[in-house]
Amino acid sequence: MSPLAVTLTCMEVEFEPGRPFDDAASDLISDRALTSAGFAQRVKALATTAPLHDLDARKAQVQSADYTVYQMAELALHAIDLVTIAMDFDTGARPVSVLKDLAAGVTAQAPDRALAEHQRVASWVLENLLNVGSTDRGFRTVYGLTGPGGYERRTFDFKLLEETRGLDGDLYLRASNEAVNVLVGALEVDLEAAHIAADVRLDILIKRGRLSEAQAAAQNARYRTIQYGEMLRQRLEATSRDVRNVDWAQAMPAFIDEALAHIEGRYRAENAILVNLTEVRDTADTPARKAHAARLVDLVSDCLRRHDQLQAGLQTAGRRFRAEQDRQTFAPGPIRAALDLHAQLLQPVLTRPVAEADVPLLRFFSPAAGLIVPHALRLVDLFEGLITPPAERDPLGGLIEDPEIELDEEPPRFPGASYEHLASLLDLDPAAPQRLSGLLADARARQSEDPDAEDLPLLVVVRVLALAAQEIGVARRHHDATVLIALDDGTVLQDPAFAGADLLVARAEVLQTRSGDTQPIVLETADGSHWASDGTETIDAGPTNVKPEGNMNSNMIQENAP
Amino acid sequence: MSSTGQTTASSVGAVADASRLVAFALRPKLRPARDETYAELVRRFHHDDGFAELVKAICLGLDLVILDADDRHGLVVASSEESVFAVRMTDYARRSGGEGKAAERVLHALAHLGAATLAYPRPADLSNPAYVGRVTVNGVEAFVREACRRLSEAAAEAGDDVDPSADTPDLETAWRVYQRRAATPGSGDGRRVASSTIGIVGKALTFLADQGMLVKRSEEDGGTYATTSRYRIQVAEAGSRMFAELLSLGITEITDGTGTLTPVEWTDQTVSQL
Repeated sequence: MSPLAVTLTCMEVEFEPGRPFDDAASDLISDRALTSAGFAQRVKALATTAPLHDLDARKAQVQSADYTVYQMAELALHAIDLVTIAMDFDTGARPVSVLKDLAAGVTAQAPDRALAEHQRVASWVLENLLNVGSTDRGFRTVYGLTGPGGYERRTFDFKLLEETRGLDGDLYLRASNEAVNVLVGALEVDLEAAHIAADVRLDILIKRGRLSEAQAAAQNARYRTIQYGEMLRQRLEATSRDVRNVDWAQAMPAFIDEALAHIEGRYRAENAILVNLTEVRDTADTPARKAHAARLVDLVSDCLRRHDQLQAGLQTAGRRFRAEQDRQTFAPGPIRAALDLHAQLLQPVLTRPVAEADVPLLRFFSPAAGLIVPHALRLVDLFEGLITPPAERDPLGGLIEDPEIELDEEPPRFPGASYEHLASLLDLDPAAPQRLSGLLADARARQSEDPDAEDLPLLVVVRVLALAAQEIGVARRHHDATVLIALDDGTVLQDPAFAGADLLVARAEVLQTRSGDTQPIVLETADGSHWASDGTETIDAGPTNVKPEGNMNSNMIQENAP
Repeated sequence: MSSTGQTTASSVGAVADASRLVAFALRPKLRPARDETYAELVRRFHHDDGFAELVKAICLGLDLVILDADDRHGLVVASSEESVFAVRMTDYARRSGGEGKAAERVLHALAHLGAATLAYPRPADLSNPAYVGRVTVNGVEAFVREACRRLSEAAAEAGDDVDPSADTPDLETAWRVYQRRAATPGSGDGRRVASSTIGIVGKALTFLADQGMLVKRSEEDGGTYATTSRYRIQVAEAGSRMFAELLSLGITEITDGTGTLTPVEWTDQTVSQL
């Protein structure tokens, strides 16, 4: 689809450049210059309808089907209408639902055609309104104006429908200002004034009882409401994105105040209209008149609903911006002044013509974009790359090999020979307990004889320490005849490698008590003293020369006095 | 490093080391923290004047300018205009060369300038080495578009909002070109349209991330990026070059450095108004 180019050459004055003017003529010219702004607006208003007429002009050229039966301009207007009504403060119209409603309109025009064609026509119209295929997705018109320097041609860019992304990331359609102007058939005017005018006209028509005309006026008022909402939305969105660029002290509060005042005024006026309308509806004499009035009530209620939404948006705006402001105020303070990218670079360059902005922008671009290292191609690499046969790949991929898992056992800390020596060392006679120091001396002697018995003294110490915490219960349950125990009698170990108590190591006999007997067992010592126990095991230790103030668990040990 | 801290210029080994440091600088994603050799060479650059001279000489020969040397980002070099290492717009964006394509070039460069401006919005941010900016694709696009909108408003207020002449497209102002270009048209398959402004900004940020100047944080807002210390240095250099160019054209002016983005004084009255 070619971008639209409509050429409107409009000469308002018959004017020959080069002819000398007299005073009256130059007055005339300056008057004309004043009116030429209004003239340009009229030309532009005319131009915005051109894409719609263009659809009808091009429908015969569509190769795939015969579209001549459809009234394309009507459908396009209908599409803009659908988008405009569906637009509200937060989102636009969903393309899917617009297409669906538009297809219904298409069906009405040619009910005998296939449904698939109706849908194609609907999307053809929508795509043309978006002007899909042009880079800008917009329309461009060239028009001319006669000024003091002669006839000048200018371009006017506009869009009818725009695609924007909503908060959820989906595409939405929004109607542009120009599109709404096409709908209401008006020129570019001050929005607030137009809004008030629409309401006043509606009010007067209702008061005079001309309901059918009032309906058009109400529709008009609604379009103005939507247009105003769109303007507010754009402004608020832009300022919330870029809070630092906004004059918060004066401009923004004033803007919000003004908008709120306008909405309040409209709200009041439309509420009054609604009261009048309801009265008309309730007192209507014919059914047709009643239906008219009911439709009007719906339209005006929609306006009021939209105003509610706008007001809510405006009221939360302040809070949103304040939060944003707080966030930025507490950023770290300046360290030293440097280049102001926004004021010194971005803004000045944006105001320059493209040809002039080109060079400075490229100056920025090159260092800011970093470096690019050019690839140096060697013939050898190229040659090797070319002659290497492509690696053939099995579509199923390579075989997966089962990993061989070896159990990685930790090697024993002490060699087997040491354990053998330990067993023989601790194979004590129950009647002859040994001191740890003696065992250590013995162990060292054995180690010097047998080089395999590594770390034997350490092993002895570890084992003896474990014996000091010996549980007698296990041995008793297993019906062991004897159990090794170690106890501390307060003697200090004198050893070059180890420090601590010189434990007394003994092999003690386990005396099995009478089964089922719960009374405390009394142990009898050789010197006739007794210990009572609430435990269940008794041990008959060999004769020792120490007092039984051993550091034992809770087990009772019978000592034999020497 | 020699024990005296001085390297003789004729030392072949020193030249090899200096060249290696320059080679490291040409790989912007590599950082001294990740590479022991690089870190050692950067240290040497700081402490050994003879070695530093050698590195500078090699850079001079390659049409490179040393901007900074630091443990965080290593050696940062910028290309001069005619260097083989310079990123050329025609390589960066196809179909942007030649006459009549100035608008295309301007859009791409504006995306880069917009990203830098949003990353360092205040003059102080650009001179603060600890500052980390955060930019998003949608944010940069909206920022530049907003700047354009304000200019169009200002033009309308001043009464010189005349539509551009049809005969001389290159005299169309830059903001008008940007504003005219669609932001996010649908492409039918959900992908970005490369010629849209979102597409152009997205390309710029992706390119900068490849250059080790931005780090991608998430896919939010079209792609969210954080700046690196390298980017700050490159932007400052690029900005000053562009500023010099603008000054010579008489387009911009020197300010007192306080920034022009509106400072706000809150009073109780304004707070209650909101």
